[in-house]
Amino acid sequence: MATETHDTANQAASACVDSYGGAIGMPQLCGEWFGNQIFWLLVALVVIFFILSRVALPRIASILAERQGSITNDLAAAEDLKAKAVEAEEAYNKALADARAEAQNIVAQAKAEIQGDLNDAIAKADAEIAAKSAESEKAIAEIRASALDNVKTVAKDTAKEIVAAMGGKADAKTVTAAINARMKG
Amino acid sequence: MATESHDGAEKGAELVFHPMDQFIVKPLFGDGAVGMFTVTNVTLWMALTIVCIIALLVLGTSGRSVVPSRIQSIAELCYGFIRKMVEDVASKEALPYFPYIMTLFIFIVFSNFLGLLPGAFTTTSHIAVTAVLAMMVFLTVTILGFVKNGMGFLSLFWISAAPLPLRPILALIEIISYFVRPVSHSIRLAGNMMAGHAVIKVFAAFAPMVLISTGIGLVVTPLSILAITAIYALEVLVAFIQAYVFTILTCVYLKDALHPHH
Amino acid sequence: MEGDVVQMGAYIGAGLACTGMGGAAVGVGHVVGNFLSGALRNPSAAGGQTATMFIGIAFSEALGIFSFLVALLLMFAV
Repeated sequence: MATETHDTANQAASACVDSYGGAIGMPQLCGEWFGNQIFWLLVALVVIFFILSRVALPRIASILAERQGSITNDLAAAEDLKAKAVEAEEAYNKALADARAEAQNIVAQAKAEIQGDLNDAIAKADAEIAAKSAESEKAIAEIRASALDNVKTVAKDTAKEIVAAMGGKADAKTVTAAINARMKG
Repeated sequence: MATESHDGAEKGAELVFHPMDQFIVKPLFGDGAVGMFTVTNVTLWMALTIVCIIALLVLGTSGRSVVPSRIQSIAELCYGFIRKMVEDVASKEALPYFPYIMTLFIFIVFSNFLGLLPGAFTTTSHIAVTAVLAMMVFLTVTILGFVKNGMGFLSLFWISAAPLPLRPILALIEIISYFVRPVSHSIRLAGNMMAGHAVIKVFAAFAPMVLISTGIGLVVTPLSILAITAIYALEVLVAFIQAYVFTILTCVYLKDALHPHH
Repeated sequence: MEGDVVQMGAYIGAGLACTGMGGAAVGVGHVVGNFLSGALRNPSAAGGQTATMFIGIAFSEALGIFSFLVALLLMFAV
């Protein structure tokens, strides 16, 4: 290959490029370019290294650390809030239970009061009823007594009349005794 | 190369194969020779790499927001990815060298991806570049190994788990493989990048076939365009994987330096 | 004439060197296939070993790249 390009390579700018601008052999193996490439590579690497180690990497590390920190903080805050929520729920439940107990108390008290009133009223009513019934019994007894007297009188009179009608003479004493005996029986 | 374009009549008069021309180092200003400090396309693309790195890692994170923007989360992803790799592969004691490894990774990954832009110059496809990177890793690891462990670093080659008669042979093999490390380390990266780009260029040379011979061209042109697309997709993958592999091998070597007793 | 023979030899050598890439393909396939069969058997352990798989791929692929490099050297640098 190299032999055939000899005539053109004579006018080329370098030993690795022919006059048409094409490569002679592999450009990778062209020794006269090594120095240039290595120099610029080292420059580039040093620049990149300083950019990375002075600016970029510390910055990214700090961003990541900050995010880690804020995540940890947020988690702690969330934990706190959760604990608070649990506390609040407990307080609420307690308040609810208290209120319920109080309500129960009030209900019981009211019930007891009402029961007391009721008992009083019942007792009063019972007493009244008892008084009334005693009175009426008394009245009934009076009526009954007066009725008995009437019956006695009527019976005496009737007995006298009957005896007289049968032609006898009625002894008032005997009649009364008889009637009384009858009435008792 | 050049000959093919001049006397490549059997491929058709206009089909030009220049798969290696994309790797030529050119001065940006003028046509002079390439000296050590000449501003060349190497300079340009390395400068673009630095600009991209600044854009991603410095400007992208300038918001310092707790809830990251898209660019910032990419920067954080890069940071976390390499930091975790250093921690997992090279142990916690390697963390002081994290900026160094991050520099290597971010430089290689951006060079690889910028090199995939059409018309771009791929700095990492040059053996001179990757050899310097690999030699830096090799020297760092070797010096660090001797500084941290003294002569104990040599126990890396004296495998005490093996039976005694085998040990000298194993030691020889280990020493050879130790010195081959920078070679394979550099050629892997440069070879991968160069191979992919050269293959794309070869397929690209076949693409205008339809202009030369309509019959064959109707078959060859769509096929070669399809092949360019497929290889390009593969190259996107390779660009990342090679940067990843370079970095993870650096971590593996660093672990050897810090803990030579397996 | 002599140059033509040298060039022919170089091109044939380049073609032969490319067969090495097939070996690398077999190697990479082997690595990934074995990783996958192991990973399907024990998926919980697979995540931690992806890095190892990539290292294995890189090592076997590097050899294919070396043969490609030999081909390129024969084509363009000899």
